[in-house]
Amino acid sequence: MTQTDYPTPRQEFINGARDTIPLILGAIPFGIIYGAIAINGGISPLATIGMSLFVFAGSAQFIAAGLIAQGVAPLLIVLTTFIVNLRHMLYAASLAPYMRDLSQRWLAPLGFWLTDETFAVVVRRYADKDDSPHKQWYHLGSSLAMYTNWQISTIVGMVAGSQLEGLADIGLDFALVVTFIGIVVPMLVTRPMLVCALVSAITALLTNHLENKAGLMIAAFAGILAGIVMETLLGAKDQPEAKTVEVAQ
Amino acid sequence: MNEALLILGMFAVTFSVRYVPLVVVGRAQLPPRVARALRYVPVAVLTAILVPAALMPTGELDISLSNAALIGSVAAALIAWKTRSLLLTIVLGMVIFLVWRGLVAPALI
Repeated sequence: MTQTDYPTPRQEFINGARDTIPLILGAIPFGIIYGAIAINGGISPLATIGMSLFVFAGSAQFIAAGLIAQGVAPLLIVLTTFIVNLRHMLYAASLAPYMRDLSQRWLAPLGFWLTDETFAVVVRRYADKDDSPHKQWYHLGSSLAMYTNWQISTIVGMVAGSQLEGLADIGLDFALVVTFIGIVVPMLVTRPMLVCALVSAITALLTNHLENKAGLMIAAFAGILAGIVMETLLGAKDQPEAKTVEVAQ
Repeated sequence: MNEALLILGMFAVTFSVRYVPLVVVGRAQLPPRVARALRYVPVAVLTAILVPAALMPTGELDISLSNAALIGSVAAALIAWKTRSLLLTIVLGMVIFLVWRGLVAPALI
């Protein structure tokens, strides 16, 4: 394959943004609800949009908005944010091998823009067999699409404000669930993956009562462990394709 | 001003967890065992988020026909399995959830 066969950076960027559109649909209600909750909880408009601009973490922003409304100390809110966002550490660690050749100019912004949604989209592109040197542009396209949408949704929620107080009650928060189902189910093609999902699901249910989403991390690690154990038991036959190694070169 | 400090703090911790592993893990040569483990991250984490939301929408385990989140999730999973289309899964899953919650679940009580 010659250099010219690869998609151009521009094409990669557009593809990344385009492939993220379904996930944006799922994120819109959250941005709107966040904006409405924050404004109604007594957070200033500047801080409401500021959080979306500088923190850019949906569930952490939700929880922070709730905690601020209850008068919880800022330090505790920061600590909660850290715990809620710990899962991003796993995301970043699993993307890192694909991004090892990128400069800081790429790593810092792409790190800042890392979300559940962008991770789910770009991890598939990075794993694609072609060794296109422009996959980071795909990542950038996905990131910017999510970021732009998050700002717009937040503003819509702020403007709509009090009228939308009951928005969470009409069930738009379910959008996250269907979005994640749409991502996870097609990945359950090997037995270890299936076992990983089952163990993660059961553990998450059993630990759901724990504070600060601690159960989420416990369940995630239990699932990962179960997947590896299953993979080892089954031998090399039934494992997800090894993709990390080839990409390094 | 307090709000600005809070946002700064939230930015600092959030950016750290997203950025530091990119640099540290990217520099290091990952042991194959760890690299293998990382492939399970998306399924493990996303499942741990979505399953309690579907089965415990009010905080208590609710496996019944009146739990619209459960019905919507099962439907969405079947759609995702059959079509492999994220967009269809989201749109149809939401429609089924909203219809069930608005029309079917109230009729069951």
